[in-house]
Amino acid sequence: MKIIVCVKEVPDTAIALKIKSDSTEIETENIPWVINPYDEYAMEEALRLKERFGGNVTAITVGRKRAENILRNCFALGADRALIINGESFKDNLAVSKILTKVIKNMGYDVILCGKESVDYGYAQTGQIIAGLLRIPCVSAIKKLDISPSTKEAVCHREIEGGLEVVKCSLPAVFTAQKGLNVPRYASLSGIMKAKKTKIETLEPDALDLNLSNYKAKIKIINLSYPPKRPEGKIIQGTLPDTAKELVRSLREARYI
Amino acid sequence: MSDKEIWVIAEYDEKGIKKNTWESVSAARLLSEHLKLKPAVVILGNGIQRFAEELSKEVELVYSIEHLLLSKYDSNAYVSSIYSLIKDKKPAIIIASATFRGKDYIPMLSAKLDCGLISDCVGFEVKDTILFKRAVYGGRLMAAVMYEGAELLIVTIRPRSFEHRKIETAKGEIIQFKPNLEQNDILVAVREIIKEVGKRPDLSEADIIVSGGRGMKGAENFKLLEELADILGGAVGASRAVVDEGWMPHLFQIGQTGRVVSPMLYIACGISGAPQHLAGMSTSKCIVAINKDPNAPIFKIADYGIVDDLFKVVPVMIQEIKSEGTRNDKGGIFAWKMLL
Ligand SMILES: Cc1cc2nc3c(=O)[nH]c(=O)nc-3n(C[C@H](O)[C@H](O)[C@H](O)COP(=O)(O)OP(=O)(O)OC[C@H]3O[C@@H](n4cnc5c(N)ncnc54)[C@H](O)[C@@H]3O)c2cc1C
Ligand SMILES: Nc1ncnc2c1ncn2[C@@H]1O[C@H](COP(=O)(O)O)[C@@H](O)[C@H]1O
Repeated sequence: MKIIVCVKEVPDTAIALKIKSDSTEIETENIPWVINPYDEYAMEEALRLKERFGGNVTAITVGRKRAENILRNCFALGADRALIINGESFKDNLAVSKILTKVIKNMGYDVILCGKESVDYGYAQTGQIIAGLLRIPCVSAIKKLDISPSTKEAVCHREIEGGLEVVKCSLPAVFTAQKGLNVPRYASLSGIMKAKKTKIETLEPDALDLNLSNYKAKIKIINLSYPPKRPEGKIIQGTLPDTAKELVRSLREARYI
Repeated sequence: MSDKEIWVIAEYDEKGIKKNTWESVSAARLLSEHLKLKPAVVILGNGIQRFAEELSKEVELVYSIEHLLLSKYDSNAYVSSIYSLIKDKKPAIIIASATFRGKDYIPMLSAKLDCGLISDCVGFEVKDTILFKRAVYGGRLMAAVMYEGAELLIVTIRPRSFEHRKIETAKGEIIQFKPNLEQNDILVAVREIIKEVGKRPDLSEADIIVSGGRGMKGAENFKLLEELADILGGAVGASRAVVDEGWMPHLFQIGQTGRVVSPMLYIACGISGAPQHLAGMSTSKCIVAINKDPNAPIFKIADYGIVDDLFKVVPVMIQEIKSEGTRNDKGGIFAWKMLL
């Protein structure tokens, strides 16, 4: 089974971010980068499929050189191959999705796994666009994946508001991973040692024979700002039951309840 | 007004047209005023006459795409049906809700059309051009984005970002549209739907959310929060710590790797307020924090806080609310919302 996982590096989810003076980008000097949390579930699911059914796992990213770190992490976890496409000049998510599609198409695939959403720009669209361009089924936000290689079919649980949908599709297909799909493993020490020596393949977009006019950005961020500060809150002083009564009274007065 | 149209793609359930669709209709009206577009709604399904009629009470034009193969949702069937209507009518903008369903098929539609897609938009700003606002980096920053393409633009809208302003129009026209679908167009077949929330509202639609963290100490104690949620007509949420402990299913998780919610009232009980949790609820209109640690970061964003043991605070709240009832009991939740 040929399994492809798309992974992306994102700024650590706990740190405070600073906006650059041009106000369209964030300061990226010296901030910690991590693999997009949803991509960890995608990676874990890929490894489990490989363990069950055999085959190989390829991790791909479109990003800067720095993103090699997350690919190394994928190697340490058990990926067989890792590929980075130099994506400095592509800011548009549609362009990135087209590049991923082009590379994936050349490699062949049975299962393509993405995260449900990247937690930096939060587009939640890449996996679906790849499927759309490849004209194959896509199931987004999955929490369970059962594959039957003999019939080339997948049954998944997909999250919906208030519950789950049980759906079936044929392979090849794209799945985007929601939290709850699995519990990602940690890299073993030997995996980490091996990953240090493994070669990460790099692709320059020039080598992909792209018709660049098709990759022009359609959406442009023209300003980043900090969200409005919430007004200073009020700690209700005193002791129970007065505090709780006062809270209910305040909420009632403000017509929240 | 030009004859170019701005479409909203409707969602509905057994109770009728969903709230998020009405919010999108109001958002479409805002845009249509600035861009001189004609609003219309598109609805897909099978046996949807009553939903189309419900829509036509508030929107001038309704495209009803009916087909037996649309009885259940499938992204590919949706995409190809909407695609053929687009080719026929050439709308300028399409709006859909950033629900699980909208997020599923809309990017595939944008891929097929090779058009621009602005997802999970929370507002507009009208300058010389229209700027679309979205939360980025888990709500740590806001981005204003501009559409640079010339063709169709698709926008998905985060539920509860726009207020539904009811407009009773003259009875709108319903135009039937029959798509060309065959069985093998269904790529992802829905077999079954498993409901997990029971009778409470879904997190994205709830006006009030009562949420518990590790301070709840165990699954069994969530009964307390459920009781509070039920008398308020609200939903129950949880922090990731709770989900990871297995006290609540992931469906209830709020935050960066859970649901992003924006209720009128968010009551956080025994939640410390980690940045990843705040990412999912900091746009709530009013935040209440109950935590026994005065230094818990949740207090920095709370409108009201009580520093005490939640197991003592919440029962008093329940008793207090029960003794006088809620606005909910009197005029319904919408009635009081209009007063705000
Ligand atoms: C990549 C990533 C993604 C994440 N995504 C999410 C996410 O989506 N959602 C999320 O919530 N977290 C997320 N987290 C986890 C987050 O960092 C915190 O660990 C988590 O939010 C903590 O949950 P908590 O507040 O319930 O628990 P704790 O931080 O343990 O806080 C428990 C609080 O309860 C209080 N307490 C205890 N007993 C009582 C009592 N009797 N009465 C009153 N107060 C009491 C304590 O004072 C404490 O403040 C993520 C983390 C990472 C790294
Ligand atoms: N630059 C990228 N390189 C590789 N995969 C990506 C990239 N951007 C997005 N993805 C994949 O698409 C998923 C959804 O991302 P997004 O559509 O940006 O929210 C991510 O979780 C990744 O799996």
